[in-house]
Amino acid sequence: MNPDDRHYTQSHEWVRIDRDIGTIGITDHAQKELGEIVYLELPEAGHVFNADEEFGTIESVKAVSELFTPISGEVVEVNSAAIAEPGIINDDPFGDGWLIRLKLSTDEEVRKLMTAEQYGEYVKSEEK
Amino acid sequence: MKFLPASDADREAMLRAIGVARVDDLFASIPAEVRGEPELPPPQSEIEIRRLFGELSARSANARSSAFFLGAGLYNHYVSAIADQMLYRAEWLTAYTPYQPEVSQGTLQSIFEFQTHVCLLTGLDVANASLYEGASALAEALLMAGRLCRGRRRAVLSAGIHPEYRETVRTYFANLDLEIAEVPLAADGGTDARALEAAVDERTFAVALQSPNFYGRVEDWKTASRAATARGALSIAVVAEAASLALLAPPGQAGIDIACGEAQSLGVPMQNGGPLLGFLACRTAHQRQIPGRLVGETRDAEGRRAFCLTLSTREQHIRREKATSNICTNQGLMALASNIHLSLLGRRGLREIATQSHAKAEYLKGRIATLPGYRIPYPGPTFNEFVVEAPAEAQPLLLRLARRGVLAGVPLSRYEAGSPNRFLVAVTELNTREEMDRLVAELGAAA
Repeated sequence: MNPDDRHYTQSHEWVRIDRDIGTIGITDHAQKELGEIVYLELPEAGHVFNADEEFGTIESVKAVSELFTPISGEVVEVNSAAIAEPGIINDDPFGDGWLIRLKLSTDEEVRKLMTAEQYGEYVKSEEK
Repeated sequence: MKFLPASDADREAMLRAIGVARVDDLFASIPAEVRGEPELPPPQSEIEIRRLFGELSARSANARSSAFFLGAGLYNHYVSAIADQMLYRAEWLTAYTPYQPEVSQGTLQSIFEFQTHVCLLTGLDVANASLYEGASALAEALLMAGRLCRGRRRAVLSAGIHPEYRETVRTYFANLDLEIAEVPLAADGGTDARALEAAVDERTFAVALQSPNFYGRVEDWKTASRAATARGALSIAVVAEAASLALLAPPGQAGIDIACGEAQSLGVPMQNGGPLLGFLACRTAHQRQIPGRLVGETRDAEGRRAFCLTLSTREQHIRREKATSNICTNQGLMALASNIHLSLLGRRGLREIATQSHAKAEYLKGRIATLPGYRIPYPGPTFNEFVVEAPAEAQPLLLRLARRGVLAGVPLSRYEAGSPNRFLVAVTELNTREEMDRLVAELGAAA
């Protein structure tokens, strides 16, 4: 199930907002599609991204994908545990498997993203 | 897309579209005298053709017919007949990328062994399955360093790097937003450590140094690794005469991050300048950015030792335009030749070749140094190649010696202005004492 406390993108990332900090990860659907994740490339803290910008890559035994920022902001934290052991993204994509934290540049952008319910519908429609 | 020849109507339409009356007009820029039919002799039998070409080739000076001291990036080392015989075995006949490990274990194992040889010789952790040749290997190494130091734009190159390698790098960089700084050599023919350090700034992603450098001088790898590390850049070791790695300190032990260069010396004949054999090795931490094929060791479903292409997600057939390199093959046949050669020689054999090449070069250098009028301008340590300064212009002197059956060296005027009297002399285990004494006598007589 996709948690209600966050927003979703069409490229299957989620962002959870806590005051001015957005935590970003990939959805459970995305990790299932990728399969066993073996490698993660993430930016360093201090890097500034616009919304929809590529911020890293995620690699599984069968594919490699780019990661896109749902919102713009400056990287304040990177999940080094996920870099060291990418398998935790498979195990807990909405929790311990988060990827980066951004300090938000604006709170406008979040409204353009999907809610959990909308994302659920979107995934269903994509599967058809 | 149909692969059918163009019809006359198609040709008409194409000519109209580009506004040209006749196909011949497209070749107007080619001088008329070379545009006609070539004047060929009447048909001849196979026997006659062989005789004709045998006579023509006998008129060229070559490494077999002459005392041979040419190097400058290609070296005349011995390759055993056993290596050739192995190479011609039908099992090896498809040298192309072995995507299907279940039918390619032999090829994959050979590439893995080649990679292992490169790692042992360079002292680094990971080597790729080979690249085309030394010059593009350096260009790839620089691009790799650029990816690893994102946001940095400047590469610092010692001027001791082979001029053709530097030219290739300039070509690669021409349309990229990257700059090259070349650091001139000190008066002794070696890289000036302080000048190199001064050229490295916080925008620099790589510092590249060649040893032995183009002028034969053995350099200290630490000159590059120290200068790079101080500014958070990566250091690149360039090796054009790979046999030197059997005697000199491996770059990996001197803090070098990436080693690259030409492995022609390790089992590939000179064959008129190519195909050659580029190599590239790096540290495990950087392996995700290595260009080209990589073969890894694994276990099959039954737990047996097996080999397969690995970390393929870096590559073009998966990552398309985001691949680490547009090199999506390797110099398969040459890497195989090199693996056979090195496996035959072993550690001791390779060391013997390097020791002999060095000892003979030292003998020859010493003899030339005592010749009246001649000078060894760079007194520092060399491996098997060194610069000689003649009392007169080198080019005509070398030509005179070539006519007398001694290919004495490569004139530096071929690569740079300002040193018309200087030439490079290379020595390998194949040069006999008689040949060297003859070279000395001929130089003495010509002065």
